[in-house]
Amino acid sequence: MRFALRRLGFFVLTLWAALTLNFFLPRLMPGNPAEAMLGKFRGPVSPEALKALEVAFGVNTKEGLAGQYVHYLGNVATGNFGTSLYFYPKSVGRVILDALPWTIGLVGLTTILAFALGTGIGILAAWRRGGRLDSIMPPVFVITSAIPYFWVGMVLVLIFGITLHWLPTQGGFNVATDTPGLTPAYIGDVLSHAVLPAAALLITTIGTWILTMRNTMITTLAEDYVRMARAKGLPGRRIMVDYAARNAILPNLTGFAMSLGFVVSGAILIEYVFNYPGVGFMLLQAVQGEDFPLMQALFLLITLAVLVAILLADIATALLDPRTRAAG
Amino acid sequence: MSMPISGVTSTVGQPGPDPGAGPAAGQARAGTQGLARIGRAVRRNRKAAVGAVLLGIFILVAIFPGVIAKDSPSLDNYKPRLGVSTAHLLGTTAYGQDMWAQLVWGTRNVLIIALVVGLAATAIAVLIGVAAAYLGGAADGSLSVLTDVLLVIPLFPLLIVIAGYAHGGGTLVLILVITLTGWSYTARQLRAQALSLRRRDFLEAARVRGERQIYIIVMEVIPTMTSLIVASFLTNALYAVLFASSLQFIGLGDPNTQSWGTMLYWAQNNAALQTGQPLWAIAPGACIATLGAAFALLNYAFDEIGNPALRPVRRTRVKRAG
Repeated sequence: MRFALRRLGFFVLTLWAALTLNFFLPRLMPGNPAEAMLGKFRGPVSPEALKALEVAFGVNTKEGLAGQYVHYLGNVATGNFGTSLYFYPKSVGRVILDALPWTIGLVGLTTILAFALGTGIGILAAWRRGGRLDSIMPPVFVITSAIPYFWVGMVLVLIFGITLHWLPTQGGFNVATDTPGLTPAYIGDVLSHAVLPAAALLITTIGTWILTMRNTMITTLAEDYVRMARAKGLPGRRIMVDYAARNAILPNLTGFAMSLGFVVSGAILIEYVFNYPGVGFMLLQAVQGEDFPLMQALFLLITLAVLVAILLADIATALLDPRTRAAG
Repeated sequence: MSMPISGVTSTVGQPGPDPGAGPAAGQARAGTQGLARIGRAVRRNRKAAVGAVLLGIFILVAIFPGVIAKDSPSLDNYKPRLGVSTAHLLGTTAYGQDMWAQLVWGTRNVLIIALVVGLAATAIAVLIGVAAAYLGGAADGSLSVLTDVLLVIPLFPLLIVIAGYAHGGGTLVLILVITLTGWSYTARQLRAQALSLRRRDFLEAARVRGERQIYIIVMEVIPTMTSLIVASFLTNALYAVLFASSLQFIGLGDPNTQSWGTMLYWAQNNAALQTGQPLWAIAPGACIATLGAAFALLNYAFDEIGNPALRPVRRTRVKRAG
């Protein structure tokens, strides 16, 4: 119980830190960048929307800093993020809701796949210690972990899109020929557009799972209870799965949450390379279009997603490992 | 000055089948010889040797780019979109610049960022990690919370947001921003190791001798952590290379600097892949990957030869003990 409360406290604290960063960053920058942005959009944006944004960014407002801060927190709590400037007159919330399913589909599925595959390969590599799998993989994945995500995407585009013409390389679906709907043609098109970005993400993230799992598994295999199981003459499979892997998977679970931040970061660049209409691509468009309201909301959303994932992993770890609960 | 302590260290601190105690104690004895030990280990480990050679080549290229690239990287009076030839080893860009020259001269920018961020972020990490572990109590609590909060806030989106407000600052802005946000991961590792050292007898001995706290931290604790500090530097340098190049690639650096990330930015802007100029994007990306791999290989080798205390199992043990 104490453990859960402490983790929840940390969750709230981090969320507050992210909110506060969001609020103070534009105000701390030399020559308040929001002022320049608002000046640029004065023409096309309606006066009411502009007024609301001025209040949100502390431009031309008589309210004190503390008042602005409270106002801002209230806006966030009620989900009011203002109007997007780049996608005017859409609201920020609307733009995000449109982008969200794409990212959840792409990044969510790929992450689960990478976790499952990577953990499985890691278990096998450690079990056959010194085998072919075990001696080739670590150095290979040390190297892939250093490759920029976006570059893997570019290489895939070059090989499978431009040279071989096997798969589409731009967008989430073919805008010219398809109308969104639950038709087989549309679903097939969406899937074929997702293959290359998903492959890029998988290639760059799977190494972490394999290495973490392998290294923990090796330590676990040296434990006395594994030796005991061997002495009892239990079948190898049972020792590998029920004795070693079950205990070794915990750090991978925590790592899963921790590295989610990196997955999200990588997804931003991959969505950029493939013009994939997800959250990361929106974030970059918001930055390039100086759409600060959208940029703030997206940063908050990404942070929240990572925090929730970490909280879930914490809960899972506590459920699976009684020692964490006791240690509190 | 670590000599009188070595006798103490080697005879104690062996609580049963602890995988970390043996080598770690030996390391404590090494003290100031840590760097020499690292040098020897690098030569013996193949991964480390490959990483060191690669890094050495990049450093040489960064110092003497003019030796292997005769053209100026910004000169744009060649015919645009030339193919590969002996005059232009990688062809020319859509602006008529020599790509080989751009690639070679771009090495310097990335390496400067990697070295400066690596050093600065590691310095912050050592300061905060060791201080937290050594001071304990409320100081440890607040420093650890600070580290953990920064650790879970997704860094790259944060970097994008800051760079967005800063309007694509130059190299200095990149260095500053990546350093200030990037130290937390290594600080956490350093704290864990410093915690495991706190109860060692050679530190107790120093306290009994009446040494000041600052002396103990700087002269006794930090030298025993040399290999982890070097590993931290490598981790931070690797992240700096990847983050800085990524930011430059999406146009949040200064588009006029000569660097691999900026090359990629211009290649992407001119649809180099789609217009039959794949080398414009593939070559700088391959360089980033190779430099990153050099740091990663060195780092991985340190995990193998350096300190077993880095192992996740050991780390949780340390936490519960503290």
